[in-house]
Amino acid sequence: MERLTNRVKVMEQKPMSFMESLYLPAIFKGMAITFKHMFRKKATINYPEEKRPFSPIFRGLHVLNRDEEGRENCTACGLCAVACPAEAITMEAAERTPNEEHLYREEKYAAKYEINMLRCIFCGLCEEACPKDAIYLSETFAPSSFTRKSFIYSKDELLIPHPVNEPEKFEAAKGAREARQKN
Amino acid sequence: MMTLLFTMDLLLVLEKFLLIGAVISFALVVAMYTTYAERKIAAWMQDRRGPNRAGPLGLLQPVADGVKLFFKEEIIPIASNRFLFVLGPALAMITAMLTSAVIPWGEYIEVLGRKVNLQIADVNIGILYVFGVVSMGVYGIMIGGWASNNKFSLLAAVRGASQIISYELAMGLSLISLLMMTGSLSLKTIVEQQMNGSWNIVYQPLGFLIFIICVFAECNRTPFDLPEAENELNFGYHQEYSSMKLGLYLFSEYVNMFISSAVMATLFFGGYDIPFVDESALAASWGPNLTALFCFMALFAKVLFFLFVFIWVRWTIPRFRYDQLMDLGWKKLIPLALANMIITAVVMLLIKN
Repeated sequence: MERLTNRVKVMEQKPMSFMESLYLPAIFKGMAITFKHMFRKKATINYPEEKRPFSPIFRGLHVLNRDEEGRENCTACGLCAVACPAEAITMEAAERTPNEEHLYREEKYAAKYEINMLRCIFCGLCEEACPKDAIYLSETFAPSSFTRKSFIYSKDELLIPHPVNEPEKFEAAKGAREARQKN
Repeated sequence: MMTLLFTMDLLLVLEKFLLIGAVISFALVVAMYTTYAERKIAAWMQDRRGPNRAGPLGLLQPVADGVKLFFKEEIIPIASNRFLFVLGPALAMITAMLTSAVIPWGEYIEVLGRKVNLQIADVNIGILYVFGVVSMGVYGIMIGGWASNNKFSLLAAVRGASQIISYELAMGLSLISLLMMTGSLSLKTIVEQQMNGSWNIVYQPLGFLIFIICVFAECNRTPFDLPEAENELNFGYHQEYSSMKLGLYLFSEYVNMFISSAVMATLFFGGYDIPFVDESALAASWGPNLTALFCFMALFAKVLFFLFVFIWVRWTIPRFRYDQLMDLGWKKLIPLALANMIITAVVMLLIKN
């Protein structure tokens, strides 16, 4: 039969010789290989102490953003919920009262904002849809939990810490987003 | 009986009890840390890190494993034979320990003017005793597998029994050529001969090779771990076991490894002989106790090397198929051992004449 490619390797099916049937040469060869591997660089890392760098396009858990003064960016326009292919986002809008101006940047804000992390597919379309730079995907993983209910993240879990009151927590939660956007 | 006990040297009894306690606890600790070494070395060979969370470098891992096994629920299946089910792991552990009685761990030490031999029993049929106990080890597997009333366990027990019996033949034959040279069955005498001359491995490389292969088979270690083949037989003979009864089965494997490493070191690698050092001169200058310590360290280093080989082989080669196993045992090793025996006999006769 004509061969389609020249990559075919014809196997010889001959009975083993006496030395081969003692298996020892092959075993010693294998042992040399495993011994060499003992001194190789390890493929694994000590995870909680060491972490691997994320790819610049990594999409983890969502963060609801604040501006420099610590006011929430979100205006509850609902574009993220419309863009979401998994229908994971729900929100309720409310109107800002005069004494809440230090809390919300614009007149309308999200009184309730929930993301169901079990529905979310981490596609990042909400981030792209947002006109106010109010939501983005950070570098945190979804943590494990025992209940389904605990995977519905409410606003207090999603909001980034206050940049003025809690600057350290804010920096930690911000991630490397700005550095990524520069590139 | 009582009068016999009193006429015996009570100090000797005490001395032997202490020695037995020391040897058994030492064997158990070594076996414990062999499990740790097994996991670490396996990890390194697979480019991983291995256990490193429990204690510094993960050194408390065996303790954690032991505690876990103790706290597991103890299940005895209703359909099992209760007495034999409990007897199985006990027998496996006891036979694993028994062999340590005839291994000389050093020459002697002096405690309060008494000369204490570092061997529990210097019987003149030491090797026969080892064989007798080792062939009893198969009962632990057989009884455990049969009493579980589970077809996987039963199959594993049948496999284990036939494997151990087949490989015992080649093991015995390979040792006969060694015995023709030494002319003694006492392990102490064999070690003393090696201390004066060179190690037996020099004269009997083929015998050693056959012996070590058979030891792997007797210990149910890969590539001969057919009785517990996890992908075919669901862990085989200890499938129905839980808690510390399972622990005893797993642990007896490591004790077996330790003891058979010691036997190999004693028979072929000079036992407690320190290479290139004259022990009697050492004893004259340093005293017997320090010499015994160093001799013991030499033996222990050899044992550790063999333990490493056990682990190394396990993480290198896959398991034999059952027919390959029987082929190797009956068609390769036994003829080779017989040939080795005849060659040894001919050479010995030629040298004599």
